[in-house]
Amino acid sequence: MAFNLHKEKYRSKVSEVVLGATKEEGGTRSHTLTVGGESTLPFLQFEGDIPNRPIAALEIWDVAPEDWNPCFDPYYKDVYDNTGAWARKCVDEFGADLVLLRLKGADPDGKDRSPEECANTVKEVLEAVSVPLIVIGCGKGEKDNQVMPLVAEVASGEKLLMGVAEQENYKSITAACMVHKHNLIAQSPIDINICKQLNILINEMNLDLNKIVIDPTIAALGYGLEYGYSIMERARLGALGGDRMLAMPMIGNVGYEVWRVKEANASEEEFPGWGQQEERAILWETTTAVALLQAGMDILVLRHPKALEVVKKNIDELMESNKYE
Amino acid sequence: MGLTGLEIFKQLPRTNCKDCGSPTCLAFAMALANGKASLDKCPHVTDEARENLDSASAPPIKLIKVGTGDQTVELGDETELFRHDKKFYHPTAVAILVSDQEDVEAKVNQIKELEFERVGLKFITDMVVVKNDSGDADTYKAAVEKAAALTDKALVLMAEDTGVMAKALEVAAGRKPLVYAATAENYEAMTALAKDKGCPLAVRGKGLEDTAALVEKVAALGYKELVVDTGERETSKVLADLTQVRRLAVKKRFRPLGYPTIAFTSKEDPLEEAAQATVYLSKYAGVVVMKTAEKQHILPLLSWRQNLFTDPQKPIQVEAKMYGVGDVNENSPLYITTNFSLTYYIVEGEVEASKVPSYIIAVNTDGISVLTAWAAGKLTGESIAAAMKKAEVEEKLAHKKVVIPGHVAVLSGSVEESTGGWEVLVGPREAAGIPKYAKANFA
Repeated sequence: MAFNLHKEKYRSKVSEVVLGATKEEGGTRSHTLTVGGESTLPFLQFEGDIPNRPIAALEIWDVAPEDWNPCFDPYYKDVYDNTGAWARKCVDEFGADLVLLRLKGADPDGKDRSPEECANTVKEVLEAVSVPLIVIGCGKGEKDNQVMPLVAEVASGEKLLMGVAEQENYKSITAACMVHKHNLIAQSPIDINICKQLNILINEMNLDLNKIVIDPTIAALGYGLEYGYSIMERARLGALGGDRMLAMPMIGNVGYEVWRVKEANASEEEFPGWGQQEERAILWETTTAVALLQAGMDILVLRHPKALEVVKKNIDELMESNKYE
Repeated sequence: MGLTGLEIFKQLPRTNCKDCGSPTCLAFAMALANGKASLDKCPHVTDEARENLDSASAPPIKLIKVGTGDQTVELGDETELFRHDKKFYHPTAVAILVSDQEDVEAKVNQIKELEFERVGLKFITDMVVVKNDSGDADTYKAAVEKAAALTDKALVLMAEDTGVMAKALEVAAGRKPLVYAATAENYEAMTALAKDKGCPLAVRGKGLEDTAALVEKVAALGYKELVVDTGERETSKVLADLTQVRRLAVKKRFRPLGYPTIAFTSKEDPLEEAAQATVYLSKYAGVVVMKTAEKQHILPLLSWRQNLFTDPQKPIQVEAKMYGVGDVNENSPLYITTNFSLTYYIVEGEVEASKVPSYIIAVNTDGISVLTAWAAGKLTGESIAAAMKKAEVEEKLAHKKVVIPGHVAVLSGSVEESTGGWEVLVGPREAAGIPKYAKANFA
């Protein structure tokens, strides 16, 4: 039988989103990061372009986390109380492409920090590192609606990636992004129709489509990872098929999800059959991330520096050309 | 991609003899195309035509069996490129490599320890690969014999010298191991060996096209119990080849690559190796061969396999009944959730984390989650009350308080009514809030 490669022809490609702005562009970042732009499924360079490699962020908090696993202590304990130093360590020492700052301290049920305090922390991190920055709220909509507009204002022009906009609560953060020229995370609950609908709503407020990054919501390995995986595969096929409302790059909070589950945290004494805890946890995070890379994830948010290292190496390998001669 | 009536017609004798019961060969061909007749009805069809027609109706990727008994591994017979289109049928076999130059007994025993229990399921590795690194036939034979005696798992014999392979097969052929591998240099003898012993055979080429050509040569020798290896070892190229093999088989019915695939990790660092294996398992490998046999390196991969190969149309369910978490007694709190396994195990995990021994009733919602079940009318005051009655809560508990999921707070009234006056407590919306909730209410 005659041998012919099977190459798919897609009608369209993923949109490109630029994170961060240099001095010339109205910000203070040393460089920008572009995500998206793929014209084929993940890493299939034999039939299309992967112009921008997926990037990996480390997650930091504005308050010292009380419940992070002790295996993080050797890496972060000395900087938990100093958000700027924490950010610097993630970038300089651990090699994060960028940092995600979660404004956990704003939580009304926690420290209940004021919008001004939160905005100051954002400024502190912007001064501490020169990479582009992702900033997300505490997850309580009402409070985030007070915090995020101020964050957008003090970081005006920096082209942050800000989040999150949800179907029930997207207007205030979308408006803040528009006024101060930031990018927006549109989060939908593992539902491709809501994902699309939210992008339409945001776009109707006149935020450009190339300012939106999709967070389709993912679960950790073993806890429904396959749902997010399939939603992402469908969204990406939709994007390549020409659906502009699904054509955004995708982000996933891998570390946040993984470090909530038993398999990451349980000690070897507790579950001898599961093997050594820290390596198991690193691989729980890595496996979740690497699987999602195969579904089209563009921005991975991780926690463990070793998981970051392994995932970045995996991306390096996958970015090697696989074009057929 | 079945054949059309006309394509089938061309393969028939075209004598209109009516022996098949149809008035003409064309009518018979049409009936075949529609699946309404069997080719066996035609006594005059040539062997060549029969093979052509059979292969056209064969599945795009051949089902290959390795091993014997309970531990037989089934590979291939996949029909999809994406799990959301239907489902993936045969989970990637995870195989662990043992060299004939290491302590075979120790490594095989370590592999046997790789059995995991989580979320009510048991995960195991499927195959043991015994590799001939020594170059010596007797050493290899002894290693294979030892491995075979220690485990019932399916075996892969990895030796390229046909003399070495022949000797190992003397002791292991009965286990129907995968013979790895036929190459351009040895394929005639290796194929004869595998065919003679009735063992499946791996074919390794140098790149896609070369591999397809080599498979055709092997098939021409009359053997089709095959597994393919395109010979690539770099992550991105293996991904490309695995994708091409699957696409060509499924979308083009390209027979020379219509077999399951085998992929080998090349990374030495076990974490990097596990990441590499995750790529291959995600994208179509029939078998993934790994070197590490540490529990913490293998459990994540097996968990991902379990996730990936679940039927997207059929949620996994737990038995709809009352479960006790921890050292429960008649005063323990009672939580309600659904029998969707994911939902149940997340709730169970959080209840366990709360350190307050408690009961959980998994209400039968046909395996759908809380909000979806509520929307579909499967999680109602009546269904909750019925599940409580079936669990004999009145007999087992000394209190009359029940915690319902925060997302269905709206059911409070109807649960109270249907249960005849139980006090309904509204729990947190997300399971993650249970420890805090339990601490505040039950500690």
